[in-house]
Amino acid sequence: MPLDAKPGMDFKVIGTRPVRPDGIDKVTGRARFGADFNMPGQLTGRVLRSPHAHARVKSIDVSQALKLQGVKAVVTRDDFNADAVDPALMDVLVNVMARDKVLYEGHAVAAVAAVDAPTARQALKLIKVDYEILPHVTDVEEAMKPSAPVLHADMFTDGVEPRPTKASNIASRVEFGHGDVEAGFQQADVIVEREFRTEAAHQGYIEPHAVVASMGADGYAEMWCCTQGHFMVRNISAHLNGVDVSKLRVTASEIGGGFGGKTTVFLEPVALALSRKANRPVKLVMTRDEVFRASGPTSSSYVKVKIGAKKDGTITGAYAELAYQGGAFRGSPVDMGAMCTYACYDLKNVQVVGYDVVVNRPKQAAYRAPGAPQAAFGVESVIDELAQKLGMDPIDLRLKNAARDGTKSSYGPTFGPNGLIQTLEAAKNHPNYKVKLGPHQGRGVAVGFWFNFGGQTAVSMNVNIDGSIALAVGTPDIGGSRASMGLMAAEELGIAYDKVRTIVADTASLGFNDVTEGSRVTFSSGLATVQAARDAIKKMCGRAAQMWGIPEDAVEWKDGHAHPAGANAGNFPPMSLADIAKDAGNTGGPIAGHCEVNAEGAGISFATHLVDVEVDPQTGRTQVLRYTVIQDAGKAIHPTYVEGQYQGGAAQGVGWALNEEYIYGKDGRLQNAGFLDYRIPVCSDLPMIDTVIIEVPNPGHPYGVRGVGETGIVPPLGAVGNAVSHACGHRMTVVPMSPPRSLKAIKG
Amino acid sequence: MSKITVSATVNGDAADFVCDATETLLDVLRDRLGLTGAKEGCGTGDCGACSVILNDRLVCACLVLGAEAQGAKIETVEGLANGETLHPLQRKFIEHAALQCGVCTPGFLVAAKSLIDHNPDPTEEQVRYWLAGNLCRCTGYDKIVRAVLDAAAEMREANHAA
Repeated sequence: MPLDAKPGMDFKVIGTRPVRPDGIDKVTGRARFGADFNMPGQLTGRVLRSPHAHARVKSIDVSQALKLQGVKAVVTRDDFNADAVDPALMDVLVNVMARDKVLYEGHAVAAVAAVDAPTARQALKLIKVDYEILPHVTDVEEAMKPSAPVLHADMFTDGVEPRPTKASNIASRVEFGHGDVEAGFQQADVIVEREFRTEAAHQGYIEPHAVVASMGADGYAEMWCCTQGHFMVRNISAHLNGVDVSKLRVTASEIGGGFGGKTTVFLEPVALALSRKANRPVKLVMTRDEVFRASGPTSSSYVKVKIGAKKDGTITGAYAELAYQGGAFRGSPVDMGAMCTYACYDLKNVQVVGYDVVVNRPKQAAYRAPGAPQAAFGVESVIDELAQKLGMDPIDLRLKNAARDGTKSSYGPTFGPNGLIQTLEAAKNHPNYKVKLGPHQGRGVAVGFWFNFGGQTAVSMNVNIDGSIALAVGTPDIGGSRASMGLMAAEELGIAYDKVRTIVADTASLGFNDVTEGSRVTFSSGLATVQAARDAIKKMCGRAAQMWGIPEDAVEWKDGHAHPAGANAGNFPPMSLADIAKDAGNTGGPIAGHCEVNAEGAGISFATHLVDVEVDPQTGRTQVLRYTVIQDAGKAIHPTYVEGQYQGGAAQGVGWALNEEYIYGKDGRLQNAGFLDYRIPVCSDLPMIDTVIIEVPNPGHPYGVRGVGETGIVPPLGAVGNAVSHACGHRMTVVPMSPPRSLKAIKG
Repeated sequence: MSKITVSATVNGDAADFVCDATETLLDVLRDRLGLTGAKEGCGTGDCGACSVILNDRLVCACLVLGAEAQGAKIETVEGLANGETLHPLQRKFIEHAALQCGVCTPGFLVAAKSLIDHNPDPTEEQVRYWLAGNLCRCTGYDKIVRAVLDAAAEMREANHAA
């Protein structure tokens, strides 16, 4: 069935704001998150982690730990067969359990399972690891120097011709763009060129990673964990342990935040290995210290931006150079960063070069629009400075150069319908843009872009005997998506929202689903839900036709009922979904709709942010006075949750812009691995966050949905940076703009 | 290790348990009493996800030892609702969508209850500073603050009517 847009978009339930199906559980303490699950006979696991930033692991002696009463299993690198592992997953294996070297402080070296936590902790102290300490590097620019210690002897920069003969920490070089930037700069009346740096931020989900794994003597296993993708967890954990995928069933618990940080495995394959060895269920939960040292964070970066424009504001050339460290393994999001760098602009001459760099830090994990905020910080700052130099309003300068329907994007594709212009116009007309500022205050504007993804998706919809609907999706709900799925199912079926119960099904109950990432869930699982509903409707029309004794194509579905299609079809009273469901046993058996799809047609999303700040001239502390998020949602299925995504993205961006950073000592160790010293925004740091939802429908989704989760974190670094720069009278070029940095800017 | 026997009152019911000297009140609630509403987000008193009310005082359960609970009156998120009737804070959190992932929610609810117990008519600023010990990474706090203010207003009205 084609994915027809709903005629006239006359929605009945889409766009309403019902309560979420998991609401009661989450306000009463009944909801079960990762660490809330226990199994009979369960052991407690703990992971031994490297105290060194870079060292060769000469030997690991676990004999004393095994002798401790209550210790049931110890696993090390020897318990994973690297020879049998897909080369594409080798970095994942090395990250979950170090092999010949430890590559960062916090790198897992061994794990134990014991009868209780004190015994497990004691056992870790009895494991003897003989390290040969190696020189380390944690800074991205240092790591690129020829003199830097090399992490991987077999890393020769990809994307460079001819291929280098000397190993380095530069994993790859990427390039995007079109036109001739040098010719573009020749035409410019004004050119601004600057260097920027951003420190690494952690996703900062409040729930640490947690898993319970249980493998029986028959080799069949179950796992319960907090993850953004339980199918991914199943496939990787099974593979790294040499187990058939079908023998491992993974259930996703409620997830206490992810933001990209739970799109990979850390503990899960280790828990499975421990359980296999102990022949008992094993629970592993990270401490907050471990979360900071061994999971996440995002890349720190060096960003150079050069933009030239004519006196009327037309940009004639734009160049950028990005270097992102991805921790100890290749795969920083510099490629996506480079693609997003100039995506907001319609440019004739544009070039972006990116370098993926490895350093002795934890392997970076995706963080909300991975790679985009760092580059946007540089570009939006330079655009702001250009506006100053040209004497133009910063929104007008952006409107003059904004990407629109038909723009050939800086990374290749030609954009379809999108809402960037509308967000800019809404920003210009917003009351917050007209508030008069006081002393030490500044206003910042920035725009941002994110692709949004589709991907593999499977949905199953069972029509129950009483006319209620059981909707099973395979994408963990990290922000209220079950409510959105319920709304889309109810809309398509023509029934009430509270007749649909949406669950996140385990890996044995549905086809494969990609991870909840890329702002893909409301788009992809939503699209699949609509298709599954249409499949169920087709079957229900068939049952009605059978009962009425008329051809199937003579029945149509309207407002939750089967109707004879026109006078020629016969004169039968409409039959409700509940009527058809009740008789299903007599008309052919259970009725279910399905959809298995590789969802394409995800719609790009743009946002414009406005922020006013006040910088205390005595302390350098920045207070956010007003914040406004204006973003294109395509179609807001549940507007309250769309607002929530906008507000959450902005808050995370403000934290990154002003406070959050990984601080390393000369010894290569993280110095602020806790929420006291790694300070995310608290309630008293922020004002109310105003939101405006723009709706330019995405033609790739039956209801026009675009992903909304990630774009919101792209503009804040630039917006806050511009606001602080104006308040301080000095261009800020380093994130975070913490009080000491701002104070220095003020004092000069 | 010898265990310590403790008698306390949890959500109005007698709760007797044994624990190690090193176990926190949070460990006891979660692992010995099966009350997993309070969460361990940090274990160092920085995130507030384990907020409980101990003898009318808002505390992080991860910073209290289980053994210290002898004779104490403890309130957790599991005791907020009265049977099927949600506490106004719980209802307002759902209505305002003041939660996304929901892992910080039990701590926020307990902290907000403690606020309203102490100050039935808080300003937005008072709400923000009272809740500054509870971290939420999803919402940006906007809808949480609105839910607390709305619940406090409703409770004042109900008290006034009564």
